[in-house]
Formats: sequence, C-alpha cells, structure tokens
Amino acid sequence: MSQPTSRRDLLKAAAIGAVAIAPGLTLIAPAAARPLGTGASAANRWGLLIDTSKCDAGCTACVDACKTEMGLTGHDRPLTDSQYIRKVDVTDPASGHRHSLPVMCQHCAKPPCVDVCPTGASMKRADGIVLVDRHICIGCRYCMMACPYKARSFIHEDQSGQKPDNPRGKGCVESCTLCAHRIDAGGQPACVESCAKDGRAAMLFGDLNDPNSEISRRVSTEATSRIRADLGVEPAIRYQGI
Amino acid sequence: MKRVQYLAIPAWTPGWMMVMAALAVIIAIAGGAVLYMEHQGHWVTGMTNQVVWGMPHVFAIFLIVAASGALNVASIGSVFGREPYQPLGRLSALMAMALLAGGLGVLVLDLGRPDRLVVAITHFNVKSIFAWNVILYSGFFAVVGFYLWAMIDWRMKRAYKPAAITAFLWRLILTTGTGSIFGFLLARDAYNAAVMAPLFIAMSFAFGLALFILFILGATTALNRPLSMELVRRKGRLLGLFVAANLYFVAIQHVTALYMADRVAVETFLLLQGGLYTALFWGGQVLLGALVPLILVFRPNASRCRVRAASVLVVLGGIAQIYVILIGGQAFPLTLFPGMEVSSSFQDGLVAAYAPTAAEILLGLGGFALALLIAVIGASALRILPASLGDGDEATAEIILAEGDPVAAP
Repeated sequence: MSQPTSRRDLLKAAAIGAVAIAPGLTLIAPAAARPLGTGASAANRWGLLIDTSKCDAGCTACVDACKTEMGLTGHDRPLTDSQYIRKVDVTDPASGHRHSLPVMCQHCAKPPCVDVCPTGASMKRADGIVLVDRHICIGCRYCMMACPYKARSFIHEDQSGQKPDNPRGKGCVESCTLCAHRIDAGGQPACVESCAKDGRAAMLFGDLNDPNSEISRRVSTEATSRIRADLGVEPAIRYQGI
Repeated sequence: MKRVQYLAIPAWTPGWMMVMAALAVIIAIAGGAVLYMEHQGHWVTGMTNQVVWGMPHVFAIFLIVAASGALNVASIGSVFGREPYQPLGRLSALMAMALLAGGLGVLVLDLGRPDRLVVAITHFNVKSIFAWNVILYSGFFAVVGFYLWAMIDWRMKRAYKPAAITAFLWRLILTTGTGSIFGFLLARDAYNAAVMAPLFIAMSFAFGLALFILFILGATTALNRPLSMELVRRKGRLLGLFVAANLYFVAIQHVTALYMADRVAVETFLLLQGGLYTALFWGGQVLLGALVPLILVFRPNASRCRVRAASVLVVLGGIAQIYVILIGGQAFPLTLFPGMEVSSSFQDGLVAAYAPTAAEILLGLGGFALALLIAVIGASALRILPASLGDGDEATAEIILAEGDPVAAP
C-alpha cells in the first residue's frame, strides 16, 4: 500500500531535483532574462573561455551557427562578405605544432574601435559587450583600421534574409555582438551552443564578474590567456592552449 | 616697400570657359563614379575587409595634407615676414581652402553612408582624432577665410598679423591631427608611431608648395603675366628644403621601426619584398619624388622648366608615398599571434591584394578638379593674383605692403 506523498516529501524531491539539474541549467541559461526597459548592468562582464585543445581544425560549427543566427547569407565573395567569427589555424614554425581556434570580436574592456569612432557608433555596453549603433555609423571604417583582431566587417552591398535581431544596412560596419539578443533573453551565444552540440564543447560562456560562475571559477584556477594581451585592451575572450 | 597690384582672372573668356568646362566634366564623371559605388556598394571597388581604405583615401589624404602646406607661402610672408612671398599670400590662402575642399569632398563621398554626414556633426566622440579633425577641418575654412579677408580688405589690417599667426598654428595642429589618424593605431605595425605627425607636416610642406608652384607657373603662363625667375628659383629651393625634410622623417620612421625586432617583418615587406609597394617606395617616393627633384632645384640657375618638372615629380612622389603608407600598411597582415604562422577564411596571415578600380581613381581625380575649380573661380571673383610677379622692367608693380597700406587694384 502506498503512502500518500506528503508535502514534505514533495519539497524534498524538488530540492534534490533542483540540485541535480542546476549545473546543467547554469550552462544553458547563465543569466535570467533582462526585463524589458532595463539597461545592461555593469555588474555583469560577459565573456568566453575557449579551450583550443578541444577545437578541431576542420570543425566550423561555431562559424556556421553564427551565420545562421545573424543572417550572414553572403554573396560568395570572401574578400567582402562579412565574417563575425572565423576559424584561425595557428602553426608554430619552430616546432610544427598546430592548433585551431575561433576568433571573433574580443569585446575589449578598452576597445580601440570605440576610441577612434568619430560619432560614437562604436560603443561598449555597461556589461562590456562592444556593439555598432547602426543608426549613427557613417561607414568611415576607422574602427576596422583600429581593431587589433580584424574582427569587423564592412557591409559592402545590399543584404537579404536579415534577422530581426541583427538588422544589417549597406555602408555600415558590423561585428560579433556576442549574441547580445540571446544574452538579454537569458540565453548564450549561438556559437557556444553549437560548439556544445556539434563540436567538443570547447567554448564556455559566462559572467566574468560573477565569482560563482563556471567561467570565473575556471579562469581563477586554470591558466588562460588572451590574444595580443600585450596591447592592454583587456579582451573578454580568454583562451587556453594558445 | 613696393606696391603690388592684384587683378582678378578675367572670367568668361574662351580660355576660361574651356578650363571651367573641362573641370566640370571631370567633376561630373567623379560624381557618376560616386553614384555607382554608393548604389552598388563598395564591393565594386578594390576595397575589401582587409584593405578598408583605398585609392579615394590616397587622393583625399594627399589633398588634405597639401592644403595645409599650400598655406605656407602666406605664412612665410606674414608670420615670418619674408617680403618676396607676401604678394602670393592671397593665392596661398585660397589654394589652401580649395585643396581642403577637394580632399574632404573625396573623403566624404567615399563614406559608406555619406547621407549621414550630419551625424558626424551632431554626434561627437571626444576621444576620436577623427572627430577632432572634423573640427580642425571646418575651423580651417573659417580661420583661413578670415585670414584671406584680412589680406584683401585694407580696413582689416589690424587683424592681419593675428589672423596669420592663428592660421599658421591651426594648420600645424590640423596636419598633426591628420598624421595622428595613423599614429594612434596601436595594432598596425606600419603605423602607430609618434613620428607620423611631424612626418605628415613635412609632407604637407612639400606637397602643398609643389602644387602652389605648378598653379603659379600655369596661371602666369595662361594669363601672360610676368614672373620673376628669381622668385621661381627661390620657391624651387624652398621646395627642395621641404623635400629633404620629408626624406629625413621618412628615414627616421623606417630606421626606428627597423630597430624594433617585432617590426622588422613589416619593414622587410615595405622596403624589400613588397612588390609594388617596394617599387613605389624606392622608385616613386624616394628616387623620382625626392632625389631627382632635389637635383633639379638645387642646380645653379635652375630653369622654370626644371622647377616645374621638380614640382610635378614631388606631387607624383607624394601620391606614391601616401599609397605606400596607406595601402602598403594595410596590405601587411595584422599580427594576432606573434611568431606564429596563421591561416583562415578571412585572409589572416596573408598579404592583402588591392587593385584600385577606375571608379575610385575617377573620384580621386574629381577631388583635384574640384580644388582647381574653386581656386580658379576664387581667383576670378576676387583680386587674388598679382598683376605681375616680375622684376626689373617687366614688372608693373611689386611686393605688397602687407602690413602697411594695401592697394586695391583699379
């Protein structure tokens, strides 16, 4: 004869369940959705940790996901089509060691693109995400000259198949937004999600300002580095194995 | 002090009409090129995501740099009190404004969104040297315009000297701002050096004076007005001095970079292995643009023809110099991983290819035509050019009483 489930048992089961699935939830939804009408908060510093030992040279899952998410259909013109994220293959000429890694906007704390932009179209949100205000970009491309990571693209021609979250106008500059629209909705960037699903989960997204986040924990306990750290622009994208 | 009589260029003559029509046609063609590029988007140009500034910027920077240099003749006459230069002060100021207008025209029409130009005025990022240049360039028109007024209107003679000094300082700051567009780029190995600012000032002295000499030689020939050979030689020697100063800063720029181990790669590219850029540097900029003009102008009794040839070579060498700085500097790949070999779908690690298209070149030439058009119209509407720049018997009048009592022409 089964005992009727008491309220106490129910709460206990719920608590055990919550503890069990909490880490998974943390990976998928690191932040609560930002309520409409509230601005990004300086309490957050969104960033990525990319373990290049898990990044296969031939894998372009992150790149493909970005193109789909942001509506980067392109015109089969590699020199002028926009690329928010690209796979860079790095070889040490002395040892022959090779590795591969994704490079996108590094969302610098001191972004040169923001410094040089004459109109302020290049801007940094309070939470550290570097964006282009498409309304006031005049298309001068000085930010592209200034970016140490070649992370920006100029929209060289009319675009079709645009996504509502990423309007793209000919004559403006654009780059990775760290999927700000997803982050604001409590999600994570498309590249990270795709890497976990189709790749080897080399990318970890999180809040570098939150000491309890997975990314903060790993950054504080494992060796990580940043591309061209010597420039002092303090990117939010950290790498392991470069 | 001798007096100088100024005469406007007679307008509506057949020759004048022909010049105007030719310039208007070039400007119209440039306008067509702009419409084509803006309608299609920049993919129809040679510019890419790797070489983001192309031929229009070469022309624009040349004209903007030359603009401040063209003002030097006026400054030498007024600020530094050299009398032989004073009769040419008005033309110097007019040319400075005309060249700046031509350069800015090209720059603005190459923007991705030229229709948003007003945004550049209503939204201002104080940390951007580009934004500061918006103020420096527009202020240049006001400052030099006032200076020109003070030179022309005898009632303004009290303002003459202060206006001259303000204009001189303004032009130095302006060219510092233009050079710093490159000097402030921390990540580009070919730029990112404080020497860019004085280098650009030296370039401006040379390019501006070369264009000024060519205009004077052309105008006096076309208008059949006397021109003293001594004045031509004097200007030629001054040009030589400026060309030497430019070479000096170029040497400093490259030797300093060669001394830094991490910049040897970019210097090797530009100076030895850069193909077109290396050829343009040594052949165009150094040999034809500097050494040959130096020989031409410093030979005793240099002829008018030699000074003209030297000026043409300085202009062509200057365009080559800016091409090497601008395009060569971008063609060399950014260093993301020092000491490593890299490859990607985004041209990482590769020397970027760039070939200017006809539309870009036409837009640039349109800037030259616009500058010349403004200069000719200005000199036709106002008494800008001296009736004579001759000496001895051929002169009808000479040397302005710059700070005394300027004389209005009949």
